[in-house]
Amino acid sequence: MSQDLKGQLMHLMAGNITCQDLIELITEYLEGSMSFSERVRFQIHLGFCQGCRNYLSQMKTTIRTIGKLPAEPIPDEVRDELLKRFRTWKKG
Amino acid sequence: MKEEDTAQSALSSKHKWADEQTLVSALREGDEGAFGFLLDTYHGPLLRLAMAHVPSRAVAEEVVQETWQGVLESLPRFEGRSSLKTWMFRILTNRAKTRGQRERRYESLDSGDGQSDGDGEGWREPDRFIQAGSLAGHWSSLPSMWDEETPERLLLSKESRALIQQAISALPPVQRQVITLRDIDELDAKEVCNILEVTETNQRVLLHRARSRVRKIIEQQLEEKRPTG
Ligand SMILES: [Zn+2]
Repeated sequence: MSQDLKGQLMHLMAGNITCQDLIELITEYLEGSMSFSERVRFQIHLGFCQGCRNYLSQMKTTIRTIGKLPAEPIPDEVRDELLKRFRTWKKG
Repeated sequence: MKEEDTAQSALSSKHKWADEQTLVSALREGDEGAFGFLLDTYHGPLLRLAMAHVPSRAVAEEVVQETWQGVLESLPRFEGRSSLKTWMFRILTNRAKTRGQRERRYESLDSGDGQSDGDGEGWREPDRFIQAGSLAGHWSSLPSMWDEETPERLLLSKESRALIQQAISALPPVQRQVITLRDIDELDAKEVCNILEVTETNQRVLLHRARSRVRKIIEQQLEEKRPTG
């Protein structure tokens, strides 16, 4: 099979969408805001493409990582000051 | 049912204020424990969000102070139409915007197309794809499969944690606000659109760019750490 034909066939099998285009649609996919047919096309591509499957999984891991970033604890003196304000507010 | 009851009583001491209605009425009655819980839970996230809006930490801290004041003032009028968290984030966002405008350094999104956030194309990675020929647009080198434990392992390292945090801090402001609210504070898309006054499409585009950039930073981290030879 010629390289050209192979390329065309791969493209067709991969849902007629390139990897470069697919990764731009990942958030749309994860947000559930794709139409049914777009979703099917996306999934067909994933089914054939290890690279995009890995990339999607990396994005999910990225989201989980971001979600685990700790927030700073409130400094004691700030907490005390705000509680004091709360007490005043309560009286008012 | 029984199982639920046991689980709930086990949690109740730890999450006395998990039920928002209980929390709100306790706050209105002036329960200090309830307010302390609110401070412990939300001060950090509010500060983080404030820093995504204004250019300096000092100003961010002031905005958070004003937000707590606003929370106290508005609490009697809180109707519970959104969650308390969303409501507080909205108060903060409004204060931050006012404050930022006053400082004339607030970078707001001036149109709804998501293109005007001063972002350039830095979130794209064209060099990862075959450029020409019948395979154009396909991976030139496959992204690797990351370990399941990647988040935990990365965040254990002070250096990696700092780098990821820096990557988020370096995002254009609205991207940073969106990714903070969505992926750290775990609000849903609708709430974020509402708080930041952006369209759904815009929210998604901003989120996508922000996540893509952070993904790239994580990838670089992992590659540096990977034992070679
Ligand atoms: Zn692909």
